[in-house]
Amino acid sequence: MEAFKNHRGLMATLDRANVDTDQIIPKQFLKSIKRTGFESNLFHDWRYLADGKPNPNFELNQSRFKNATILVTRNNFGCGSSREHAVWAVQQYGFKAVIAPSQERGNSRVPAFADIFRNNSTKNGLLTVELKESEVEEIFQMVNRYKGLEATVNLEHQRITLHLPEEISFHFEIDSSIKEHLVRGLDEIEQTLQFQNKISSFESRHNAQSFK
Amino acid sequence: MQLAFLPHCPALPFFGFSRYTNELMSKTLFEKIWDRHIVTTLSNETVLLYIDRHLIHEVTSPQAFEGLRLSRRKVRRPKLTFATMDHNVPTDDRTVIKDPISKAQIEALTKNCKEFGITLYDLKSDLQGIVHIIGPELGFTLPGTTIVCGDSHTSTHGAFGTLAFGIGTSEVEHVLATQCLIQKRPKTFKVEFAGALKPYVTAKDMILKMIGVIGTAGGTGYVLEYCGAAVRNLSMEARMTMCNMSIEAGARAGMIAPDETTFKYISTGSRPYAPKGKEFDESVKFWKTLTTDPDAKYDRTLTIDAVEIAPQVTWGTNPGMVLDVTGRIPEADKVPGYNRKDVEQALTYMGLKPGIAITDIQIDTVFIGSCTNARIEDLRAAAQIFKGRKVAPKVRVLVVPGSQQVRKQAESEGLNKIFQSAGCEWRESGCSMCLAMNPDQLKPGERSASTSNRNFEGRQGKGGRTHLVSPEMAAAAAIAGHFVDIRSWK
Repeated sequence: MEAFKNHRGLMATLDRANVDTDQIIPKQFLKSIKRTGFESNLFHDWRYLADGKPNPNFELNQSRFKNATILVTRNNFGCGSSREHAVWAVQQYGFKAVIAPSQERGNSRVPAFADIFRNNSTKNGLLTVELKESEVEEIFQMVNRYKGLEATVNLEHQRITLHLPEEISFHFEIDSSIKEHLVRGLDEIEQTLQFQNKISSFESRHNAQSFK
Repeated sequence: MQLAFLPHCPALPFFGFSRYTNELMSKTLFEKIWDRHIVTTLSNETVLLYIDRHLIHEVTSPQAFEGLRLSRRKVRRPKLTFATMDHNVPTDDRTVIKDPISKAQIEALTKNCKEFGITLYDLKSDLQGIVHIIGPELGFTLPGTTIVCGDSHTSTHGAFGTLAFGIGTSEVEHVLATQCLIQKRPKTFKVEFAGALKPYVTAKDMILKMIGVIGTAGGTGYVLEYCGAAVRNLSMEARMTMCNMSIEAGARAGMIAPDETTFKYISTGSRPYAPKGKEFDESVKFWKTLTTDPDAKYDRTLTIDAVEIAPQVTWGTNPGMVLDVTGRIPEADKVPGYNRKDVEQALTYMGLKPGIAITDIQIDTVFIGSCTNARIEDLRAAAQIFKGRKVAPKVRVLVVPGSQQVRKQAESEGLNKIFQSAGCEWRESGCSMCLAMNPDQLKPGERSASTSNRNFEGRQGKGGRTHLVSPEMAAAAAIAGHFVDIRSWK
């Protein structure tokens, strides 16, 4: 996996909440047995008209978002199916990071990203950044106001900086294990295989209800 | 195939003092299973978790096998994984797969299973079916185990007091190579359904109601544990329906503590992977310990009064957009948890306007199937409604059993005859129109009453409009041509 370094790039917005993985990549593209070639399938049913031409009303089709690498969206992004094709499509389209807001609901905080999508993202080196609702709202407004607005995502310092005439920065939280995984671009399987002995000894005492 | 069953001995001194004290603490059902699967602690946040059972299917596994080949890795425990083909298979003539890309994916699974020594229940097998239906049928799903699958509805298996959750393809590869996963401990969320359900109200209505209350992300980061009198009274099939849709609330896993209903299910039927005889009795002793201790703490709790639950019908484009059957389509700015724009988008997509009564919504297609509601009990419930009645003119009804075993059982009870004389199509087993990867799809603008789990845009076919309901409600809608309140419908 490619390590996540500092990234500077153009921001694009997708102003929808609860974007599910069926929208990110519809099922007809899951028949592939390859891990590549999904860039043209991203948001397929929103992105293209029935005749296959780009839908001019779809946000990401605006010329100002061409070559964007940071996607800013709303809460519960990536809900639904566990298909990792969704992450592959987002990355292969060119996005390096996705920003979404957590939500305050009563006493509890609802995470910005669906669990499985966020996990899949980490495994592939796609950074998911969770900010507060008010912060994401501010980013939406700035992207709308300033065409071509770029941002820098600094994973080490856990900071997003918007390159405005007067720069704005937001701090974000991230699990230290996820951060390390991304920064170092670790091969998780290789990492786990270092514990082969522990796995074997676990298996020898845990043979409960297993079959050989 | 089944070897001696040895319950993992918990509190022995040689496990160390911290372990010993840990065992004395009160634990939830989830914590008991989690703790006994920790191979080693990796960081403050993560552990290496042992996976007892792994299920795979044709759609999310090919890239994982390719990864193993590229890195010259083997499958660590081939006998702990089993495979079936369900997502893209045809449900009419299954001897011919017309779509060459689907065919290639099916063939890839066959080849991969052969190469890596994994048991496969393919289209020729009379044990084939939807992965989450055949796991329990075969006795592969047992209390106290950890089960994963590259499919979000793996939560289904939690009905047995199993920690079961969906994973992505990278994690499928990780499990194949190591039989473990690197995991962060989720939080716990108790959902109690107090009291008894009213007639014609089902597990599907319970779970849809809960999703309506907590929202589609309300369970994110949690493992749900369903309990209370209404849950205890559910059959295993109904418990699976509930746990199945935990992911629709954002929770990767949902669980129900095992009890006599669970043990009876496991000991009934052939279930080749389940323990038998003395081994079974030993297992039951262990399984009985899989309950939440009386003073164990959850991170969050919720109580829902089961008596108050009415049949549920979704009206929007995610399962949290749901109403009692007696309801009316809401105004766009009056839906808690959703902003106006999202509701307007959903209503536009669904072709609905505020104020319309749910029971006035006409339907074109009815789908009875999926890992949510295609077990024998679901088909019996639907057949009871169809018996002696006819499907409304112009309504198409697909009845797709969850497995070949369910299909065979239904046929032995004559359910297929009831469906066919009512005017339904009786199909072969598979995921079918739940995700419409095969030819079973809605046309643009078509509206369905569906017993499946997701009403996302395009889920059942591009432009298709899905309303999620129970099998009873779907059958009644098929006959009436529109939704009806099953409780008062004649």
